[in-house]
Order: sequence, then structure tokens, then C-alpha cells
Amino acid sequence: MSIILKPGVCNIHRNMATIAGVIESQIRSKLLSQLEAKHLDVINESYMHNVPKGSETHFKVVVVSPKFEGLPLIKRHRLINDILKEELQTGVHALSIMAKTPQQWDESDQNVESSPSCKGGFGK
Amino acid sequence: MNTLLRRTIFPIYSNTLKISCRSLTDAPIKEQIDKIVKNNKVVVFMKGVPDAPRCGFSNAVVQIMRMHAVPYDSHDVLSSEDLRQGIKDYSNWPTIPQVFINGEFVGGCDIMLQMHQSGELIEELKKVGIKSALLTAEESKQKEAEK
Repeated sequence: MSIILKPGVCNIHRNMATIAGVIESQIRSKLLSQLEAKHLDVINESYMHNVPKGSETHFKVVVVSPKFEGLPLIKRHRLINDILKEELQTGVHALSIMAKTPQQWDESDQNVESSPSCKGGFGK
Repeated sequence: MNTLLRRTIFPIYSNTLKISCRSLTDAPIKEQIDKIVKNNKVVVFMKGVPDAPRCGFSNAVVQIMRMHAVPYDSHDVLSSEDLRQGIKDYSNWPTIPQVFINGEFVGGCDIMLQMHQSGELIEELKKVGIKSALLTAEESKQKEAEK
């Protein structure tokens, strides 16, 4: 089994580098269409973690949508988690969410802080 | 004929066996979590332990709890794969850390951070009889100013 797997390891890495951005654009288009986002940032933060270069495992999304109007934070987050359910089940390991209404976004300083640094718990 | 029969029947048998095993092991972890979150006012499911968090998001939650001097029960999901998956299923939330107050799922790192910044966390803690250290500090500052 390991003999079969070993030669493939390099290929997996090469593939990951070339397909980088596939998940990212998938996340982007899903959020854009389903939430009618007025502003959207999809930030791949995987490089901050102990994963191969070009990975798409750790993301931060900043979503400004009128659909969040009247919804408490937890419901906004659940909405996004639900839209990205497939991605979260198939490789996206961390998803940091900033969810604001257009009004909240206009009133905020529109500053997006970087996520906390990794402490090595990935995959363990 | 005999082998054909065995081939078709065996997979069915082994599948039902798997399903029944799974539902048997599922129940206890759900019950266990239920007990944990209902028996403690504040519970944090995290990666690592409060003195040595093993994920930045878990660490951020620990720091927030420390600032408010909240007594809480913590559980390391890295110590048990059952718990790691079990807690995600229990709260229908895909990521760790997870915070529960009074048996209710409150959110993960982002929500805790925002509740901390907006002052909402102080209010939520008050509801369950926990006075945030930040509130105590604020009050003593006000008293000083009044003197």
C-alpha cells in the first residue's frame, strides 16, 4: 500500500499548487450569489498554518449582506456555515467569519484583523 | 449458488452490523456532552488545554475568558476523536472552539471576540450569575472618580 502511495506524494503536492484558488473561487461565488453580498473578501490564511504550500484549508471571509438584517451573529454564521457546508466537509478546516449588514459595514472602520497565529493543533 | 448467496447476503449483514454499532456509540457521546454543558455554567470545547492551547482560535477564547476572570470547564477535543466529531454534531457547528453558556451554544472564536468587544459578553455572564472582572474593574474606577 505504502509503495503505491509513495510515488504519488509529489504529484499530490504539485496538484495542490496548480489547483490553488479553486476552493477559494467556489467559496466566493457561492457567497456572492446566495447572500447577494455587497462586499466580499475571501482570504486564504492557510499559509499561516502547518499545511503544504498552496493548500486551501484555512479561510477568513468578510461578508456584507442585506440578508443579515435583523439576524443575530450566530444565525449569520450558521447561514454562511450552511452555504459552505460542502467545503467544510471536504478539506476546509478553519473558517473565520465577519458578517455585517451594509449599514454596519459603512459605520465600521472596515478594518479586517488577521486571524490569530496557529498553535500547531491542525490534523492532530 | 451458495457462494453467490453468501456474497449478496454478507454485505447486507455487515452493513446492518455497522449501523447498529454506530448508533450504539453515538448515543453516549451525545449524552455525555449534554451532561457536560448542562452541569456547568460556562463550558469551552477547545484544542489543547487553557494553559497550553494548541490552536490560535482556541487561545483567543482562553484569553477572553481570562480577561473576564470567568470560571469555566474546558475539554480538549484533540484528546478524543469521538468528542471532536461529537461536539460538531451536537451543536451543528463545523469548527472548534465552541463556547456554551448555561447549556446553550453561544458561538466560536469570532462570536466570542465580537461579544467581548461589544460588551454583550458581560451581559450574558451576568444572566448566569457571573460577574465579569472587567465590570468589577470598571466599577471600582468609577468609585475612585466619585471620591
